[in-house]
Amino acid sequence: MDFSFLGDYKYFFINGTRITIMLAFFAVLFGIMIGIILAMLKISHNKILRAIASSYIEFIRGTPLLVQLFIIYYGLPYLGIQFPDFPLFGQNIGDFMAGVIAMSINSGAYVAEIFRAGIQAVDKGQMEAARSLGMPYLMAMKKIILPQAFKNILPALGNEFIVVIKESAIVSIIGIHDLMYNADTVRGNTYKPFAPLIVAALIYFVVTFTLSKFVGLLEKRMDTA
Amino acid sequence: MSMIEISDLNKYFGKLHVLKGIDLKVETGEVVVVIGPSGSGKSTLLRCLNRLEEPSSGDIVFEGLSILDDENNDINKLRQKMGMVFQQFNLFNHMDVMENITLAPIKLKNLKQAEAVSVARDLLDKVGLLEKEKAYPAQLSGGQQQRIAIARALAMSPDVMLFDEPTSALDPEMVGDVLKVMKDLAAEGMTMIIVTHEMSFARDVADRVLIMDEGIIIEEGNPQKIFNQPEHPRAKDFLSRVLGIF
Repeated sequence: MDFSFLGDYKYFFINGTRITIMLAFFAVLFGIMIGIILAMLKISHNKILRAIASSYIEFIRGTPLLVQLFIIYYGLPYLGIQFPDFPLFGQNIGDFMAGVIAMSINSGAYVAEIFRAGIQAVDKGQMEAARSLGMPYLMAMKKIILPQAFKNILPALGNEFIVVIKESAIVSIIGIHDLMYNADTVRGNTYKPFAPLIVAALIYFVVTFTLSKFVGLLEKRMDTA
Repeated sequence: MSMIEISDLNKYFGKLHVLKGIDLKVETGEVVVVIGPSGSGKSTLLRCLNRLEEPSSGDIVFEGLSILDDENNDINKLRQKMGMVFQQFNLFNHMDVMENITLAPIKLKNLKQAEAVSVARDLLDKVGLLEKEKAYPAQLSGGQQQRIAIARALAMSPDVMLFDEPTSALDPEMVGDVLKVMKDLAAEGMTMIIVTHEMSFARDVADRVLIMDEGIIIEEGNPQKIFNQPEHPRAKDFLSRVLGIF
C-alpha cells in the first residue's frame, strides 16, 4: 500500500485529530455536567424529578445518535435557534457547536447512569455523618459524596471518553472537519479509496489506546492514595 | 426547661411500629444510657433526635425549638448543636484526619483555617491521637477511627453528643480507649445520650439508664436501681441475659 500521500496531506490528519479530540473533550465535559445533574435528579425523593431524569435517559439511550445529531443540526435552526457563525479552528463554529451539543446530550445520558451507580456505591453512612454535622444536602453531596463517587467511577468515565472519541466520527456527516471527514477528503483528493482510512483508523486507535493506558495508570495511583 | 423534650414520639417503618409513643426528657449535663435487646428501637430513637430518621408523629424539642418545625427552625443549624457518633465511624474516607475534623467548622461556622486547625489539634490531643492528623481513615484501626469521629463531632462544639453503639464494631482491645474518651467527656459535663451494650460503662458513667423493649421504655432510673432492682419482668429478663444475674 502506498502512503506517500501523507507528505502532502499530513495536516489533514493532524487537524482532523485535533478537532476530533476537542469535540470529544467538550462533549464529555458537558456530558459530565448533564450526567451529574441527571444522576442527582434520579436519586432524589421527588417522583416528578425522577421521572424527568428517567425519561431523558431512556429516550436518549433508545434512539440513534445520528438521529439526535440531525435533530440538533437541522431541527434547532428550523425552530429559529441559530448557532453563532464565526470561524474557529479553520471552520464554522456553528457546526462544531451542533456536534458538541448533540454528543453532550447523548453522552450525558450514559454518564448519568455511571454517576448514579457511583453515588449509590458510596456508603450511606458518609451522607449521614455529613448531615449529622449540619451540612445541607447539596454541600454534603459536593464535598463528601461526589468526590468519592468520582474516584470510583473514574475508569468508567475514561471509557466513556474513549467511546465518545470513536462515536464522534459520525459528526463528519454534518461537515465538521474531524479526523473521519478529513480522511474522506484525502480519499477524494488522492483517488486512494483505502489507505487514508487505514491512517485514520490507526490514529483513532493510538488515541484511544493511549487514553485507556492513562486511565489505568490513574486508577492505580488513586488506589494507593 | 429540659435540653431535650420528646413527646409521644412514634416511628413506623412501613407497617412496623418501631417507636410507640416515647416520652423522654434529658437535662443539660445529663448522661443517659439506653440499653435493650436488639430491634427494641434504641438506635431509631437516637436517630430520630437529629432526624436522620424522620419521626412519624410526635414532637422533639431541643433547647426550646422543635426540630420538626421546618417553617421556623433550620434542621441543619440544630444538627450543628447535636454531635453524633456512629457504630461504623463513618469518617470521610477521601480526607485525612485533619480535614475530617476541620471541614464542618470551616464550612458551617466560618472558622478560619488556622483557628479550625488549632481547635482540631486540641481535640486530637484530648482523644490521644495528635500524631495522626495526616493519616487517612483506612490507615487507622477501628478504635482510632472512632476516637477521630468523636473529635470530629466535638469540633462543632455541640451541646449534646449522641452515641449510636460506638463500640459495637470494635475489636475488644480497642473498646477501652473509646470508652475512656467518652468517660472524660462525661466528666467534663457534656450532655450525652448513648445507645450501647457496654453494661459496665452504663453502670459507671450513666446518670440515668433506660431499658427499651419493643418500641417503649420499660424501665428507667439510676444505674443502681436499674441493675439491682429492675421491676419490669422483661427488664429482668433482658438483664439476666446480658449480666447473667437474677
